[in-house]
Amino acid sequence: MITAYADLLLLFLVLLDLYIIGTGRLVACVRGAAAQGALLSLLPLTLGHHLDIHVGHTLLLFVGTLILKGLLIPYLLMRTIVHTHVRREVEPFVSLHASVLLGALLVALSFWLSQRLTLPRPPPSSLLVPAGLSTLFCGFLLLVSRKKAITQVVGYLMLENGIFVFAQFLTREMPIVVEMGILLDVLVGVFVMGIAINHINREFDHIDTAALTSLRD
Amino acid sequence: MMQSLVQNLVHLLVLLFFPLLLLGVINRVKSWAAGRKGPSLFQGYYDVLKLLQKGAVYSYTTTWIFRTGPLVTLAALFVSGLIVPLTSGSGPLHFAGDVLAFAYLLALGRFFTMAAALDTGSSFEGMGASREAGFSALAEPATFLSLAILCVPAHSASFATALAKLPWESWGPAHPTFLFAVVALGIVLLTENARIPVDDPNTHLELTMVHEVMILDHGGPDLAFILYGSALKLLLLTSLLVHLLLPIPSEGSAVGGLMFLGGCVGIAVVIGIIESTMARLRLRSVPQLLIGAAVIAAIGLGFLFYRGEP
Amino acid sequence: MLLFALLLLPVLASLLTWIVRRQRFQLSVLLGGALLHAGLTVAVYLVPEPSALGGLLALDPLGRLFLALISVIFVAISIYSAKYLTDGTHDPPSAPHRYVPCLLILLATMDLVTLSQHMALMWAAIEATTLASAPLIYFYRRKAALEATWKYLLLCSVGIALALLGTFFLGIAGANGPEGTPRLILSTLCQVAPGMVRPWMKAAFVLALVGYGTKMGLAPLHTWLPDAHSQAPSPVSALLSGGLLNCALLGILRFYQICLASGDAQFARELFLVLGFASLVIAAAFLIGQRDYKRLLAYSSVENMGIISVGLGLGGGATFGALLHIVNHSLCKAALFLLAGNLLRNYGSTEASAVHGGLRQQPRTSVMLLVGMLAIGGAPPLGPFVSELVIFMSAVHRGHPWLAILFLGLVAIAFLGLASVILPMLQGSGERRSHAHPGHDLLLASSSDDGRHGLGHILARHESGWYLIPPFGLLVAVVVLGLYLPPPLTAALNRAMALLSG
Repeated sequence: MITAYADLLLLFLVLLDLYIIGTGRLVACVRGAAAQGALLSLLPLTLGHHLDIHVGHTLLLFVGTLILKGLLIPYLLMRTIVHTHVRREVEPFVSLHASVLLGALLVALSFWLSQRLTLPRPPPSSLLVPAGLSTLFCGFLLLVSRKKAITQVVGYLMLENGIFVFAQFLTREMPIVVEMGILLDVLVGVFVMGIAINHINREFDHIDTAALTSLRD
Repeated sequence: MMQSLVQNLVHLLVLLFFPLLLLGVINRVKSWAAGRKGPSLFQGYYDVLKLLQKGAVYSYTTTWIFRTGPLVTLAALFVSGLIVPLTSGSGPLHFAGDVLAFAYLLALGRFFTMAAALDTGSSFEGMGASREAGFSALAEPATFLSLAILCVPAHSASFATALAKLPWESWGPAHPTFLFAVVALGIVLLTENARIPVDDPNTHLELTMVHEVMILDHGGPDLAFILYGSALKLLLLTSLLVHLLLPIPSEGSAVGGLMFLGGCVGIAVVIGIIESTMARLRLRSVPQLLIGAAVIAAIGLGFLFYRGEP
Repeated sequence: MLLFALLLLPVLASLLTWIVRRQRFQLSVLLGGALLHAGLTVAVYLVPEPSALGGLLALDPLGRLFLALISVIFVAISIYSAKYLTDGTHDPPSAPHRYVPCLLILLATMDLVTLSQHMALMWAAIEATTLASAPLIYFYRRKAALEATWKYLLLCSVGIALALLGTFFLGIAGANGPEGTPRLILSTLCQVAPGMVRPWMKAAFVLALVGYGTKMGLAPLHTWLPDAHSQAPSPVSALLSGGLLNCALLGILRFYQICLASGDAQFARELFLVLGFASLVIAAAFLIGQRDYKRLLAYSSVENMGIISVGLGLGGGATFGALLHIVNHSLCKAALFLLAGNLLRNYGSTEASAVHGGLRQQPRTSVMLLVGMLAIGGAPPLGPFVSELVIFMSAVHRGHPWLAILFLGLVAIAFLGLASVILPMLQGSGERRSHAHPGHDLLLASSSDDGRHGLGHILARHESGWYLIPPFGLLVAVVVLGLYLPPPLTAALNRAMALLSG
C-alpha cells in the first residue's frame, strides 16, 4: 500500500514538470522546482520499505534532499531573480502553449519507452522509470527552448531531478556520502551559475542567452 | 437498472427545484467572504418568478432562432438532467452511450445559445459567441478525457454502470487517476459555467464578458429560461464531481440523497471561495488552463492504461 | 596515506591562499605546492598501487599516468604564473586574488578524478572541476569571457549530468546478480560485467561517452571549447587543455574498461571511431582560416582528442599510440598556450593578423612556437608524430586502409590550417605597429642609431626567463619523445594499456 503513495508522488512530479514548462513566470518556475525537490525528498521514505535498508540512511537522505533541493537551491535562484529584476520569460523559442503540448507528448513517450525497457529487477514502483524519463525530457525541453538564463538553470535542475529518480533504484548500495556529494555538487553548481547570471546581468544588462553570440567562427 | 417510481420522482424534484439554490449558495458565500450579508439563498427563485411574469422585447433584426434559442437550450439541459445521476446511481434515462449523449446535449444547448447571440447582429454578442466557441472547443478534450477515465475501467459508456463499478475500496492513493479526473472536471466546471477564473459572472464591462454578453438582449421569460438553464448546467456538472468524490450508493437511499445534496452544497461553497479569492485570468491564459486540464486528464488516462487496468 | 596527502595538500594550500591575499605569498605557496605535489606523484610511482577508504580511492596505472601529466603541467604553469600575475595585464582582472586559490582547488579536484574508483565519486569530482575552473575562465572582466564561462558552465554541467545517468544505468544493468545492484566501484563492476543486462550497459556507455565527451571536447559537443580555452588566461588554458580534457577522457575510459570486461568492446570502439573522426573533420574545417590564434590552439585540442579517440577505436596497438598521444598532446599543448600568452603580452591581441614579425621581436618565443606548431601538427621527428604513426600503422595492419588514409588526410589538413595561421605570425620584419604595448613605440623611436634600417629596426623584446623556461621544458620533453621513448615511460604506458586491452 505504501507503494501507492510513491505512485501518487511520482504522478505529481510529472504534473509539476508540465506546470514548470507551461508557466512563463520565473518565480513560478523556481517554486515548481522547489516543490519537485520536496516531493523527491519524500520519495525515499515511500520506497525505503521495499529496498530494505536501514532507517537512518533513508531519514538522512530525506532531510538532506529536502534542505538542499527544496530550500537552499530555490533560495539561491530567487536571490538571482531579485538581483537581476527579471520576472518573465517572454518569447521563448517554443511558445508556452506549444511547450505544454510538447511536454505532454514527451510524457507519453517516456511511458511508452518504459514499457520497452525491461528492468533486471522489478522496481519498487512501476512509475519510477516513466516519471524519471519524463522529468529528464522536460528538463531538456526547458534547456533547449528557453532564452533566459535562469530558466535554463531550472531546466538543469529538472534534469538532475529526473536523474535522482533513477538513483532510487540503487539506494541499497550507494554510500550516503556519495549521494550527499552529488547533491552538494548540484548546490554548488547552482550557486556558481547564479553568480555567473548576476555578472551577465551586470555586464550585458539582460540575461537573454540567445543574445550572447559575440564568440563565433 | 430499474429504478423505482419514488427514485424517479425524487430525481425530478431535485432537478426542478435544487439548481437555483446552488446559485444562491455561491452568491451568499461570495458576499460573506466580502464581509456583506448578501442576498437571500432563494433569490434565484424570486428572480425567475419575476422574469416569468414580464414581457419580452424582440428586435426587428432577429429571427426565429433568437426566440427558440433559450427554449432549445433549456430543453437540452433538462434532458441531460434526466441522464445524469443525481441522488442515486443513475437517472431516469439511461442507455448505453449516455455519457456521450450527455456531452453532446450540452454542446447542442451551447450551440443554440451562440446562434441566438449571433442572430442579434450585434458585434458585442458576436464577440461573446466567438469566445465561448473557443473556450468550449478547448474544454471538450478535457471533458471527454475525464469522462473516459470514468468509463474505461468499467468498460461501459453509461453513467449508471460506470458509477456502479467505481472501486471505492481502493480509492485514494491507489487510484490517483480519479483525482486527476476530478481536477480536470473541476476546471471544465468553472469554464462551462462561466465562473472565475475563466469568466466573471458579475462583470458589467462588455469587453470582459464571455457568457453574459451572449444573453444581453434576452428579456422576460427568455431570460428566466436562460437563468434557470445555467443553474441546471451547474447542477449537472457538480453532480458528476460529487459522484466521483463521494460514495453515493447506486440503489438510492435517503442517506445517499442527503450525501448528494450536501456534496453539491459543499462544491458550491468551494466555487464561491474560489471566486472570492482568485482574479480572472487574462483571456490569453485561459487556453493554457484548458490545455492543462486536458493534459492532466490525459496523463490520468495514460496511467490507467499503463497500469493495465482495462 | 599518500592518497590523502595528494588530495589534502592542494586543498590546504588553497585555504591558505584564500585567507592571506598578498600576491607574493600566494605565488610562493602556489609554486611550493606544485613542487610538493610533483614530489608526491613521484612517490606514488615508487609505492605499489596504493588504495584507501576500502577501495573508494585507488591509483591504478591509468590513473597514475594522468596524475603524472597533471603534475608536470601544473608545475610548468605555476612557474609561468609567478611572473604572469606580477606583471599585470592589459585587461583588468575581476578578482586577482582568486586566481591561486581556484587553481589549487582545481588541482585537488583533478587529483580526485584520477584517484576515484567509485563511479559516482568520479562524477562528483568531474563536476567539481567544472565548477572550480569556471571562475578561472572568467578571470578577466570581459563580456566575451563571461559569455564563454556561461556556455562552459551550462554545457558541461548538462553533459556531465547525462554521464551521471549513465553511471546509474550501470548500476541497474548489474542488478540481475544474486546480490542485487552492485557497488559502483570499478573493480566490482568489472567482475559483474559479463552478466550485465546488455541494453542498459550499452545505454550507459553511450550516455557516458556523450556526457563526458562533452567535457572532453569531442565533436559535435565541443562548442564550448574554443570559447572557453581562448578567453581564459593563458596558463589556465594550458592546464585546461593539457589536464582537464584528460580527466574527462579518464571518465570515458573507466566505462570502456567495464565494456571490455563484459565483452562489448567492439561496440564501444565503433562509437570511439565515429566520434573521433567527427572531431577530426570538424576541427580540420574550423582550423583553416581561423583568425584567432588561441581559438586555433583550442580547435587543435579538439583535433587531438579526435586522434586519441580514433586510436582507442582501432584497438590493439593503436591503444598504445592513443596513450602516447595523450602524453604528447598534453605536454605540447600546454607549451603552446604558454607561448601564446607570451605573444598576447607583446602584441595585445589574440588576432593572428595583429601579430607580425614574431621571429624578430620575440625570437625565443617564436622559435619555440614554431617547434610546437610542427609538433602538434604531427611533423617528425617530434613526439606527436610517433604516436600518430603508431595509430596509422595499426589501422593499416588491422585491415582498415581507408580509415588510415582518411586519418592521414585529416591530420594533414589540420597541419595546413595550423601552419597557415602561425607561420605568417612569425615571419616579417614587424614594422607594422602593434596597437598594444605603449612601450613599444618608445622602442621604435629610440633605436634609430643604426642608420641602415632607420625607423624600421625593431629591437627584440627582452623576455623573462619565467616566461620561457616552462614552455621550453615541456617542448624539450616533446622533442625527446620524438626520438626516444624512455623505458620507464614505455613500461607505464604498457601497464596502462593492459587495463584497456581486456
